[in-house]
Amino acid sequence: MSGAGFGGFVRRAHDAGRLVVQPRMGMSSPQRMRAGLLATRDADATTVGTLTLDSYTRVGDLESAQLAVLEGADLNGYPLVSHETATTRRVLDRIHGPGFPVQVRHGSAAPQHIFRALSSVGLDASEGGPVSYCLPYGRVPLRESVAHWTESCELLASLRRTGAEPHLETFGGCLLGQLCPPGLLVAVSVLEALFFRRHGIRSISVSYAQQTNRRQDSEAVAALRSLCARFLPDTEWHVVVYAYMGLFPETDYGARRLLAQAAELAVESGAERLIVKTVAESRRIPSVAENVAALEFAAAVAARTEPDPLEGAGTETYAEAYALVDGVLNLDDDLGTALLKAFAEGRLDVPYCLHPDNAGLSRSYIAEDGRLRWSDVGKMPLSGITQPRPAHAVTSTELLDSLSFVRRSFDRDAPAQAGDSPGPAPRGA
Amino acid sequence: MSNRLTPTPGEQPVLVAGGISDSHTWNLVYLQLLIEEHGHRVVNLGPCVPEDLLIGEALTHDPALVVISSVNGHGYHDGMRTVTRLREHPGLTAVPVVIGGKLGIAGPCGEEESAALRAAGYDAVFDDTTQGVATFRRMLDALPQRALV
Repeated sequence: MSGAGFGGFVRRAHDAGRLVVQPRMGMSSPQRMRAGLLATRDADATTVGTLTLDSYTRVGDLESAQLAVLEGADLNGYPLVSHETATTRRVLDRIHGPGFPVQVRHGSAAPQHIFRALSSVGLDASEGGPVSYCLPYGRVPLRESVAHWTESCELLASLRRTGAEPHLETFGGCLLGQLCPPGLLVAVSVLEALFFRRHGIRSISVSYAQQTNRRQDSEAVAALRSLCARFLPDTEWHVVVYAYMGLFPETDYGARRLLAQAAELAVESGAERLIVKTVAESRRIPSVAENVAALEFAAAVAARTEPDPLEGAGTETYAEAYALVDGVLNLDDDLGTALLKAFAEGRLDVPYCLHPDNAGLSRSYIAEDGRLRWSDVGKMPLSGITQPRPAHAVTSTELLDSLSFVRRSFDRDAPAQAGDSPGPAPRGA
Repeated sequence: MSNRLTPTPGEQPVLVAGGISDSHTWNLVYLQLLIEEHGHRVVNLGPCVPEDLLIGEALTHDPALVVISSVNGHGYHDGMRTVTRLREHPGLTAVPVVIGGKLGIAGPCGEEESAALRAAGYDAVFDDTTQGVATFRRMLDALPQRALV
């Protein structure tokens, strides 16, 4: 634990009583990307920077990314592999450093080209995972994703030779963004952290994405912390909370209230970092100014919130997550092999996930109290821990209803023309 | 709307696919349920569907309709590429193909872009508004349906 790099920065901020806030930001133009990083750094908040890559680079379609760079066409992120190394070094020059680490966010199940590119411009922090960047989102077979991520972790870990402390964040706490009961989110986050550790990474963050019920979310972060304390004793780790990843409220008021609740969740549960969302989220990719406003708003809410963590191990969420993690670890000494077996046997099964390597037997629903629950656990070892509601086939209307539950709840109480008012109180009303 | 969307009787499925570089899934799960409720069998190819895979699956299944859905902002560019490649294939010049979602990085497509997508080979372009979904449902109603059991 050198205290260097991304993990060390977040640790020091937490020790000083500050929540680190971070945008999801990526533009194809180097000038605009630099401006975005500068604006993030200079925001009135404790921030880290983000280079979110474009979708072509994510799926390895470097020809399309290169073409866009040559034509100056706009992409939905920064094409790190296609820009010249010197160009990206200029983007980062006198911005990236111990006082402002920058993380590369991508979404790739085969990220070797991304890890090589980020190393070559002096970066050492990224995110993802063999499961979370494969099953829910892509077409790469899980077996290949595990092999790609093994190689990529080792590639990143080798940067320690240069005196760096490379950092990786699990995306497992966000599977499909919504409608995944927290027990499974926590379990996959912990398993991916263990995978990183076993392949040489010693500075890790574990993600958890805000879901539908505040209390359940607090239980989930507490469970995540307990499991990390148990399974990652020799590792520098912290928790990163994501503001809700599903359909975001359409009113400015609702969006701010949801972000405020994410910031409160992060601080109360003892998490160290928060990925924000903006008022523009429901409409389009947010501007730099909208990101800065979200960072400053979240930081202000965090500053007036007190830590109040729950006891970690006493909840149903913990029991579910523990059973899933323990079940996988017992399948094979090699964690990659164990993960493959777990999905092949349906012992891990992401609800609504279309990937052929997912059993697809599990289903979830939002209960009347707003908690996410299982309607079918498939073959996951959760009997005796959770009582699934008898399943029935979900209609498109019911699915849309569940997908928009959070948006509806947070937009409902919006005062007329909330969008014009200057920052309503985040709580209640 | 083109005549190609008028009924051809039979058991042909509807092919649902995400854009080439689009990893989103909920749109595809929703579309599958919606299309099934309108009486059609769905072959859901999932997210990030490359052109070659789409073309191969379209030739295999002889679908009543191909639905491309994208929300990551690359929908316009990816959609242009996909339909151009698909229409170049001699077996697929007449298959009905539609596209919808959030197609541009700065929000919904303008009329000019929609027209360009139609000119490139789409039979219809839908935005992701309530109105867009309603228009899409009306189009589904006009497709030949298998017997509901």
